[in-house]
Amino acid sequence: MNAETKSTDAFEPKIVAFVCNWCTYLGADLAGTNRLEYPANIRILRLPCTGRVDFNLIVKAFEIGADAVLVSGCHPGDCHYTAGNFHARRRWDLFRELLDTVGIDLNRVYFSWISAAEGAKFQKLVTEIVDKTREMGPYEDYKKLVAES
Amino acid sequence: METELRNAIRKLLEEKTVDVAIGYGRVGVNGAVGATFVTNPDDVDRLVWNNECRQNLATHLTRAEIKKLGKPAIVVKACDARAVVVLCNEAQIKREDVYVIGVVCDGIETADAAGNKTGALMGKCLSCVEHAAKNVDLLIGDEAAAKALDEKNAPNAKSVGHYEKLAKLRAMSQKERFEYWREQFSKCIRCHACRQNCPLCYCNRCVADKNRPTRIDTSSSLKGNFAWNILRAFHLAGRCVGCGACAAACPAGIELDLLNLTLANAAEDQFGYVSGKELGELPLIGTYSPTDKEEFIR
Ligand code: SF4
Ligand code: SF4
Ligand code: FES
Repeated sequence: MNAETKSTDAFEPKIVAFVCNWCTYLGADLAGTNRLEYPANIRILRLPCTGRVDFNLIVKAFEIGADAVLVSGCHPGDCHYTAGNFHARRRWDLFRELLDTVGIDLNRVYFSWISAAEGAKFQKLVTEIVDKTREMGPYEDYKKLVAES
Repeated sequence: METELRNAIRKLLEEKTVDVAIGYGRVGVNGAVGATFVTNPDDVDRLVWNNECRQNLATHLTRAEIKKLGKPAIVVKACDARAVVVLCNEAQIKREDVYVIGVVCDGIETADAAGNKTGALMGKCLSCVEHAAKNVDLLIGDEAAAKALDEKNAPNAKSVGHYEKLAKLRAMSQKERFEYWREQFSKCIRCHACRQNCPLCYCNRCVADKNRPTRIDTSSSLKGNFAWNILRAFHLAGRCVGCGACAAACPAGIELDLLNLTLANAAEDQFGYVSGKELGELPLIGTYSPTDKEEFIR
């Protein structure tokens, strides 16, 4: 982070990324080893597989102050456990509908497939998410709800 | 119909086809209708059937204390019968271990806060196109009348009741929807009556009760109520049969049906899946297709 451009009250989005151990985590690692710079706003949480990403974790992330959430894993066909991501894909599809009805901001919930070889894709997507979230501002709706709890 | 129902159950008990009948009786305060369990053929007059039979009795089929009573006969409306099908499809019960008695239903009335019926039909009944229960061992009531009701409701089935309410909600802005649920969920007292009354919420240990670590606030807080209601609804995704027992049981009058219907609509629109329609059908979640849509995935 460039110290000169950072004022103390500037909004720094907090992004929580739930990534699978076998693809996206390695993709993020590759971005690092290749010295591809990406914003430090992203907090990576490594799970065995996208199939393990309980939808409740997304809600939980918002509860603890996330401004956006990313769930990412292996491309279809590449899941280390064969089909974890296929199961996840169907669940997310339905889960998004529920979030939409409840009025959760879908612009703050991202899903992606990023392989171990796609360090550049990781860098690009994360940068985009951080930029967009910065533009949207903090997730006030949820923060208010938490503050009132 | 009530007499016919009582006679059928008396016979089943006398002939020892079943050991217990799970039916409706006037068991609550001021004679409110609720589940009643009859093991003695002489007691069948305790059973009632009327438009206050809001509960879905299938919730008792998986309870250990009821299982102990032996082979059950169960009284079901069409929507409840779909829950029995899901329980079979999810390997919670075996179809042949239950004697299912369907009753032709012409709609159930809502209750006011005091528990008195209001004269208005429940939302699910306004859009019901299945008044005679399917996949049953015995059907009591006039099938032709049921069919006539189905046909009467069919043209507007998807634009009345909860469908109408949900369409209005979905037409609001995202922020307005959030505010709507904030108001709704703020009333939740976390009694979990919705869960207890749902035939498909059969886990022995619910994540909502876990506190090491705490998955979601165990007591009523606004954020916990959001988490709970999202969790409850989503655990029923592709499974809920729309019986409305959860919402009918909610002391806070939270519009749980709208959450359930959102997911049921998504299941039907995107996967052509209607929960509880057919015995032997695989669950929607727990299976997948390599061609499932993924426009939303980056
Ligand atoms: S979630 Fe509610 S409407 Fe759906 S099956 Fe359970 S009790 Fe019935
Ligand atoms: S029945 Fe209503 S008040 Fe009770 S936990 Fe469920 S939603 Fe909350
Ligand atoms: S291991 Fe990466 S999605 Fe299953």
